[in-house]
Amino acid sequence: MFPLLAEQALNGVQLGIMLFLMAAGLTLIFGIMQVINLAHGSLYMAGAYLFAWSFAASGSLAGALLVAIGGTALLGFALEMSVFRSLYARDPVYQVLATFALTLIANNAVRMIWGDTALYAAVPAFLSGKVALWTGLAYPAFRLAIIAVGVVVAALLYVLVGHTRLGMLIRAGASDRVMVGALGVNIALLYTLVFGIGAALAGLSGLLAGPIYTVQSGMGDDVLILAFVVIVIGGIGSIRGACIAAILVGMVDTVGRAFLRPGLALLLPRAAADGAGPGLASMLIYILMAAVLFFRPRGLFPPRTR
Amino acid sequence: MSKQPVPAAHKMTIRLAPTRTSLSFLVVCALALVPPISMALGQEYYIDMFTRVVIFAIAAVSLDLILGFGGLVSFCHASFLAVGAYAVAILAFHGIQNGWVQFAAAILAGGGVACLVGAVSLRTSGMYFIMITLAFGQMLYFLGISVQEYGGDSGLTINAPPEFGLGLDLGAPVNLFYTCLFVLLATLVLLGRVADSRFGMVLQGMRMNETRMGAVGLSPYRYRLAAFSLAGAVCGLAGALMATQALFVSPALAHWARSGELMVMVILGGGATLVGPVLGAIAYLGLEEFLSGITDNWQFVLGAILLGFVLFARGGLARLRR
Repeated sequence: MFPLLAEQALNGVQLGIMLFLMAAGLTLIFGIMQVINLAHGSLYMAGAYLFAWSFAASGSLAGALLVAIGGTALLGFALEMSVFRSLYARDPVYQVLATFALTLIANNAVRMIWGDTALYAAVPAFLSGKVALWTGLAYPAFRLAIIAVGVVVAALLYVLVGHTRLGMLIRAGASDRVMVGALGVNIALLYTLVFGIGAALAGLSGLLAGPIYTVQSGMGDDVLILAFVVIVIGGIGSIRGACIAAILVGMVDTVGRAFLRPGLALLLPRAAADGAGPGLASMLIYILMAAVLFFRPRGLFPPRTR
Repeated sequence: MSKQPVPAAHKMTIRLAPTRTSLSFLVVCALALVPPISMALGQEYYIDMFTRVVIFAIAAVSLDLILGFGGLVSFCHASFLAVGAYAVAILAFHGIQNGWVQFAAAILAGGGVACLVGAVSLRTSGMYFIMITLAFGQMLYFLGISVQEYGGDSGLTINAPPEFGLGLDLGAPVNLFYTCLFVLLATLVLLGRVADSRFGMVLQGMRMNETRMGAVGLSPYRYRLAAFSLAGAVCGLAGALMATQALFVSPALAHWARSGELMVMVILGGGATLVGPVLGAIAYLGLEEFLSGITDNWQFVLGAILLGFVLFARGGLARLRR
């Protein structure tokens, strides 16, 4: 029993980490610019495609990482300067519409560039095996690497936002952008930079997801919804909240999928449990979100400012 | 309240309830010409297509009540469509063929589910409201997938269209088209009266300035919940019509992208105009139909057009005449 539980818990953490990378970018972008970005899933997809394609073409891991992360960051800069800049002052409804349009464009664009079929994403040779963590528990090295990357990125973000000049400007921009602008900070540049960081994080999440899930058009859409759930549970604008909520959502989803069906089988007839289990497991995180918002309408860790 | 004279300057800035009766009338009349024209052209396929357009228009008009007039960006409206459609399909599955019963159930189910969803969601606002409605939409979507008895993921087929008596056979495309058009007209009239009533004024006032409405002594929650439930009920009716046309329902009806499409129709046509969403539905589904006929990459073109619309045009189709 223990290895099974531990494996599911690790899977939960790994899903949580990927969601955290997505959610950190989203919450950063929303916290600073107050813009709803449905196209964040497209940046995730771009990261996955760029990595799978460049890794297959060049065989160089470092090169592929650079292409995927640098590419999505550049894409983020370009999107911010061409589209998002004119959305900041608009009603949320227009932000939804414009970014919905961007996802249509992006999902179609990857089909035009890379074709209709899913792209195969290779795992680097040194991460392709399994690591024995415990007797009876061998865990894929690649998934462990994801967890490690997530921990490193979380630490870097903590330092960046909490202990650097740029982080100070980001926090100040989130609490009072007019005042920060009045003090002579180039707000436009700050926004572009933050958007680029968020895009790179989404790209990183996507490139890590490539070998585990399928690299195909529209792959970002479902993850996007999960990331929204995460930032809402965590409190919009709070990176700490996003981190905790991401792990929580990852765990609830994974454990629910693994144990809800056998659990239901104890209460219901076998066939009913087999039928209802997977659907109910998919509903769990939304129920969790509705429950959290019912008791804490601004999430678990609402930012103290504003 | 509406009887009292309003100072001219005030009228200019507030511009309450531009329901555009004459434009609505024109659009409905134009739609009524679709079956004769398509039969004259020998292209009866267009009757089916425009039935779909009219059904989506009903759903979009109901969304306009909360999105346009109420300013509530709800991301789960398509799930009420699915609830209405499933009400019809489930009753038919259990052998209840009476259309009056089926449609009444669809309206009650749509309104009832909307009332429950609204009761929780309306406690939040802004970004949180968008996200919690999105979560409820996904919840209902996965509920549809998990109930195996009614087809689960692969959906449920309806054996025969609802029976209304009165010699009305909804299996015939032309009859169904005019029934849907009649429902659209009734929806436009009903929601137009709601929007112009005291209730509608309060709803719009809360969109413009919630604090002031609070200071007048009006609490937003109950007004918004009533509007949300009414919109859900009308959308449930649209769902029932959709099930009648397709004779098939599946959880895909409730997918969040479908809610996004409804929102696009409202914004494309112009929110808080009622007739706007009808134009938006015609424009969006028409574009989709036209573009997918000429290129495989129609999503790209459609996305580019929508993006261009947001960046360069404002206010929606119904306000272009201004």
